[in-house]
Amino acid sequence: MNEIIESRKPPVATTGILGWLRANLFSNWVNSIISLFVLYILIQFIPWILNWTIFAADFKYNFKGEEIIDRTMCSRVLDPENGGACWAIIYVRFYQFMYGFYPREEVWRVNLSYIMLAVAVVPLLFDGFPFRKHFLKFTYAFPIIAFFLLNGGLGLQEVSTNKWGGLLVTLVLGCTGIALAFPLGIILALGRRSNLPVISMMCTLFIEFIRGVPLITLLFFGMVMLPLFLPEGINMDGLARVLVAVTLFQSAYMAEVIRGGLQAIPQGQYEAARSIGLSYWQMNMKIVLPQAIRISIPSIVNTSIGLFKDTTLVIIVGLLDLLGIGRGALADTTWLGLAYEVYFFVALVFFIFTFAMSRYSLYLEKKLKTGINMGAD
Amino acid sequence: MSEDSIISLQNVNKWFGDFHVLKDVDLEVKKKERIVVCGPSGSGKSTMIRCINRLEEHQEGTIIVDGIELTGNLKNIDSVRKEVGMVFQQFNLFPHLTVKENITLAPIWVKKMPKAEAEELAMQQLEIVKIPEQADKYPGQLSGGQQQRVAIARSLAMKPNIMLFDEPTSALDPEMIKEVLDVMIDLAEGGMTMIVVTHEMGFAKTVADRMVFMDEGRIVEQAVPDKFFNNPDSDRTKLFLSQILNH
Repeated sequence: MNEIIESRKPPVATTGILGWLRANLFSNWVNSIISLFVLYILIQFIPWILNWTIFAADFKYNFKGEEIIDRTMCSRVLDPENGGACWAIIYVRFYQFMYGFYPREEVWRVNLSYIMLAVAVVPLLFDGFPFRKHFLKFTYAFPIIAFFLLNGGLGLQEVSTNKWGGLLVTLVLGCTGIALAFPLGIILALGRRSNLPVISMMCTLFIEFIRGVPLITLLFFGMVMLPLFLPEGINMDGLARVLVAVTLFQSAYMAEVIRGGLQAIPQGQYEAARSIGLSYWQMNMKIVLPQAIRISIPSIVNTSIGLFKDTTLVIIVGLLDLLGIGRGALADTTWLGLAYEVYFFVALVFFIFTFAMSRYSLYLEKKLKTGINMGAD
Repeated sequence: MSEDSIISLQNVNKWFGDFHVLKDVDLEVKKKERIVVCGPSGSGKSTMIRCINRLEEHQEGTIIVDGIELTGNLKNIDSVRKEVGMVFQQFNLFPHLTVKENITLAPIWVKKMPKAEAEELAMQQLEIVKIPEQADKYPGQLSGGQQQRVAIARSLAMKPNIMLFDEPTSALDPEMIKEVLDVMIDLAEGGMTMIVVTHEMGFAKTVADRMVFMDEGRIVEQAVPDKFFNNPDSDRTKLFLSQILNH
């Protein structure tokens, strides 16, 4: 009875590709029919999409080998049967899509900012990054550097923000909105849960007001009403006004997301923190917020992705973000009718950024799960 | 308040809403004295010791801990919390920090101790609770008994004069109770002032200098263990003891 039973290998059909197929695609007959149907759709559409976007598409030259300079030269206009996408519109207007109307001789400043953004953000996102501490000092300094680099001043020629456009505006709005809203949201969330009724009421009012109003309304508010609140003689930049609106909007959402995380922290954590003598701020910075933010990561990324996409609404108040530049391109008679290409490209650029955010949040969740098992009970 | 009291509760009353949880509680604890508090659930024993480090606020009466009166004054509360360690039923370790970080946190941030010194201190405390090998694990990787011993080490790292234990073994599997009680017995023998809320009567008989029995928010009886267990004055105490000792 007390013999040790050797471990055996599992039956063949449950592992390997066959096992996977059987478990995931053909586990029963309904499942099998759905799998086959999806497979049929994919076979029908994938080649067509690949053909249209890549194999039959024009990039700089049409199928005759001529350089495309207007819509009439596109293969799909010349030969509607066989021609694919005409990416020449993107190629010709690529500069605008990336930088708007930023002066060409100054564009190195934007490119440098993009590179510096990467250097500032990557070490922030990955805590195993070599010499992370030193890089983070740069991360904190980056917003100031980027401001002067993009805007001018300190010996650099001034480039007013109405010349900014395209991806530049999208990134400035998205990054600034997310970066400023995060600390603001934390403060608002803590404020809403504060024991001091005045603070809690003010934060609640602010959050509920901002959340109850559409972003477009806030954008109009920033454009039209914000200058009324400023002292006379001070003229606030248009982009800055929109940034204020976007940041306020995002911070209210961020506050609610973080408050959700805070509510999941058991009372015992607060009591333990206080019983060893931590102050209110120490308790929040060291014990409560690290855990609350960890819990809220999926929602934080979710609202950040939402904001990044919502920046396209600034077209309403006259700023030309990536989508705005695209619509401008479509209004140009030389390129009339190339809406598919333009929207596809704009969508692709947005997708690259939002997909990266989404993957990063999955990576974080996975990483933070190791070692964290919220107590044995 | 008598001369050598380190903790003094005088006429303390507390309500949760309309519910009167502590009724005219008087308790004097001398330095190095070991008090075990017992009583049925809902009798206010946890609330009483939580008032001593101001996790709960009392509404009437005076509480003086180590010469400091507990009032709304935040500075006083902070100084008392530095003097008083507390161990909870649910351990309440910080799950996002390693065992060592759990222990070094308060010395580093409250006492402004250099990190290296705090880590050395943490290792000493882990030696005392006999689990130095777990220093780099996360709380979730430890057994309940080990977690509770880390919680004790975390409190001890602040070098408190007084330790409060709020049912420290109630959430533990029977096998793990002994390892936690052993640590607490060592601590008692080392001369720590302790107030322990527990139903571990074996432990009480071994270490308590005085038993305190509470019921319905009142201290019903206080006596040395010998008298308390063998010849209590109150019928309520007799009933309670007969229920927990004869099962």
